[in-house]
Amino acid sequence: MKPEEQQLAALRSELNYDKTNKCVQCGYCLPACPTYLTMGVETHSPRGRINLVKMAGEGKIKDLSVLEEPLDLCLGCRACETVCPTGVEYGAILESARAAITRRKTFTVPQKAMRNLLFKKVFPSRKAMNLIGNAMWVYEKSGVQKLARKSGLMKKLPAHLGEFEKITPPAVAPAQRASLPAFTPAKGERKYTVAMFVGCVMDAMFRRINQLSVQLLAEVGCDVIVVENQTCCGALHAHTGELDESKNLAKKNILAFARNDVDFIVNNAGGCGAMMVEYDHLLADEPEWAERAEQFVKKTKDISQVLVLCGGIQGEKRSAERVTYQRSCHMTNVQKVTEEPVSLLKNLSNVDLIEMNNANMCCGSAGIYNIVNYDASMEILDHKMKDVKETETTTIVTTNPGCLLQMKLGIEREKMGDRVRAVHLIEYLAERSGMINAADQSLS
Amino acid sequence: MTEGHIKEIRDIVKTGQVLTKESDRFSYSFDASFGTYLPDVVIQTKSVEELAALVKFANREKIPVYPRGQGTSLSGGPLPVKGGMVIDLSVMDDLLEVDEEDLVAIVSPGVLTADIHKAAEKKGLMYPPDPSSSHVSTIGGNLAENSGGPRGLKYGVTKDYVIGLELITPEGEIIRTGGKTVKNVTGYDLTKLVVGSEGTLGIITKAILRLIPKPPASETVMAIFDSLVDAGRAISMILTSGILPSKMELMDQASMTAVENYKPSGLPTDAEALILIELDGHPAAIRDEAEQVRHVCQKIGAREVRVPQTKEEKEEVWKARKLVSPAIVRVKPTKISEDATVPRSKIPEMCRRLQEIKEKYQIHLVVFGHVGDGNLHPNIIADKSDKEEMARVEKAVAEIFEAAVQLGGTLSGEHGIGVMKAPFMEMELGAAGLDMMKRIKQAWDPNNIMNPGKIFPEPGQKLVLSE
Repeated sequence: MKPEEQQLAALRSELNYDKTNKCVQCGYCLPACPTYLTMGVETHSPRGRINLVKMAGEGKIKDLSVLEEPLDLCLGCRACETVCPTGVEYGAILESARAAITRRKTFTVPQKAMRNLLFKKVFPSRKAMNLIGNAMWVYEKSGVQKLARKSGLMKKLPAHLGEFEKITPPAVAPAQRASLPAFTPAKGERKYTVAMFVGCVMDAMFRRINQLSVQLLAEVGCDVIVVENQTCCGALHAHTGELDESKNLAKKNILAFARNDVDFIVNNAGGCGAMMVEYDHLLADEPEWAERAEQFVKKTKDISQVLVLCGGIQGEKRSAERVTYQRSCHMTNVQKVTEEPVSLLKNLSNVDLIEMNNANMCCGSAGIYNIVNYDASMEILDHKMKDVKETETTTIVTTNPGCLLQMKLGIEREKMGDRVRAVHLIEYLAERSGMINAADQSLS
Repeated sequence: MTEGHIKEIRDIVKTGQVLTKESDRFSYSFDASFGTYLPDVVIQTKSVEELAALVKFANREKIPVYPRGQGTSLSGGPLPVKGGMVIDLSVMDDLLEVDEEDLVAIVSPGVLTADIHKAAEKKGLMYPPDPSSSHVSTIGGNLAENSGGPRGLKYGVTKDYVIGLELITPEGEIIRTGGKTVKNVTGYDLTKLVVGSEGTLGIITKAILRLIPKPPASETVMAIFDSLVDAGRAISMILTSGILPSKMELMDQASMTAVENYKPSGLPTDAEALILIELDGHPAAIRDEAEQVRHVCQKIGAREVRVPQTKEEKEEVWKARKLVSPAIVRVKPTKISEDATVPRSKIPEMCRRLQEIKEKYQIHLVVFGHVGDGNLHPNIIADKSDKEEMARVEKAVAEIFEAAVQLGGTLSGEHGIGVMKAPFMEMELGAAGLDMMKRIKQAWDPNNIMNPGKIFPEPGQKLVLSE
């Protein structure tokens, strides 16, 4: 082979080029893609993005930076995979292409330092995340704002920070912020032993939801273990092209959760769950990890699955309420968990679940997409809120922290905070079963 | 194109977008068929006046103009094979009016076909053409390509439902053809000429579509045959017994095997053919017809005949048919989807010829499709990186076309000619027939700016599938 052919062959394998050939360009993904609907150009559609990667792999596009904006503006919701008739692995193509672009990018020294700090020190460290604590770390000026400014990812950020601050979860009292207990016994007869995955964002910003998760799991008959040394799932890393670091985190989690006495590894964040159920793909080319990853994946469950397995939550007789459910894209399209949250909600007495139109459409949160691509995200959110409004419900239930914040932001934008609220499914189940009081949002 | 051209285009397009970035140009360089052709510029605007001005400008400067819907074409209709401008008409999606009194729908070209179905159904009406991509394809694309679909057997194709158009001619004039009446014999029927002209005669900016009352009920019959020839005989016998089904679909052994390997659906992989028949109309009438169909199939020697009762059972049966397309590409990545069509009576003979071609060239050929109207879909599954295989595929495709034409059929039932099939036009039309078409094109488009490179073969053009 000539040197340039060799180079192209190397690029092809780096880009997952072979996977792009599965795309027959039928266009069935177009109506499912939120950014195609809002931006209206093929460049921001799954078919368009796959084609760009293919063109780079074939040497027709010489400069990978041509791909950068279209790939950056992808939410990674993967709704296209669910509707794809030929089973194109869009997520894998997206991540490898983003990683290839990141590798070729020359970050300035401060950019490098910031990326290193965030991706290698902050997200993975429970200690660091604890320090940041109940502050809105990711939306804070000290964190992503600086990264965004210095990396030039986003120029408008400071103007919008105020909006994000409004939706910051209320500070949790120090007593309640205590670490989760290492062991919580099942109430009554033990059905399963589960290990709780606490996550980084969930642990820092939504520890109360983690606490309620443990309580609900115990309530339905699970011994709940919180293992030491668990870390961030690595999703934010993978989505921003830091693929090597996400592999490291995956390995740490696999080691931390490698316990024979655990039936399930339970998470309550659609995005984290989606990352973890793909650890086997992530580590497929590392033989010494492949089998362990498979074991880990087999045990990984969303909390709604385990609650349903244990017979569900009965709920007390409470006042009638109309709710709607905003699905987590990663739960629907990657974990393929779609029935359980719905059945949990439908089982609650006096709760009327009203499905919105385009229920499977992304809300535009997508990790930190709403911060780095604010305008694009808000346009998607506005579409979503139109569908939400039509349901005339008073509670929006979500299953992922990003979606939860985005729904709160949507409620703020539509100025309907006086009559509509957004909650995590776990909070809602806890509330309807009398575990917490809806009015003061505190543990009862 | 020059910088000056782009500047002039930007001056014309005041309300829309002019895209020139490399990422945008590559994103409009393909459709669902073969090949990548880079346009110089991509234009989106909802304004008919701006579009007309653009076409006038292009005509003056002799710049190729390529109208495009959502790029689901299987024949290369929107491919900008000579560069120039791609006009993305999918943005013109604002107009969708259903007029119950006149039984028509008035639509702009970017409206999705499925949205027309929905709007008509809301008023108890139906727009029958139903290409399988109708949830993605635009009506503009359907009109340009004269799309069909499974219901073609009973209800015909797109052209049978178009009674009026608004069109920008290749010289930039805005004209109207036909109107809102079913009967109209004033002058030449330009409506029918434009529908199916694959964007070579102008840009459709509005259409008036005929609607019919929606049939109140449907029944499905599924029959399994040990022999493909028997299945063909059963189809002929049903159609001569006074019954006109709304759909008749065939799956051969290879397609059933592919589905079973992909998502097991309980299909009989040891049988040679499965046919699916849908009847629609008054519930009492179609119940009776379903019994007649069952009787005919049994008489011919069907191994099994099933009439699913519930809505769920019916959906289950049709699901397997829908799985064929995705299932076959799991075998190999490249799908060459042909739609050679033969008179109904020649279906068994065409099936036999396809079998011969498959063996002669050692290709992976799957046959399924809308068998009731003779519109078979011989699909060749290959790997485009295998040059030697693709050379065999090219020869096989040419022979499929020859077989269809020899049997009194046509190169294309519903996908269109586009780029790939252009070299075979003369074989079907004859030199004089093709020349008459060329003269029409020259009269409409003297500077050959509308979708150049399509339908008519270039001197010496041959079928090329290997890139």
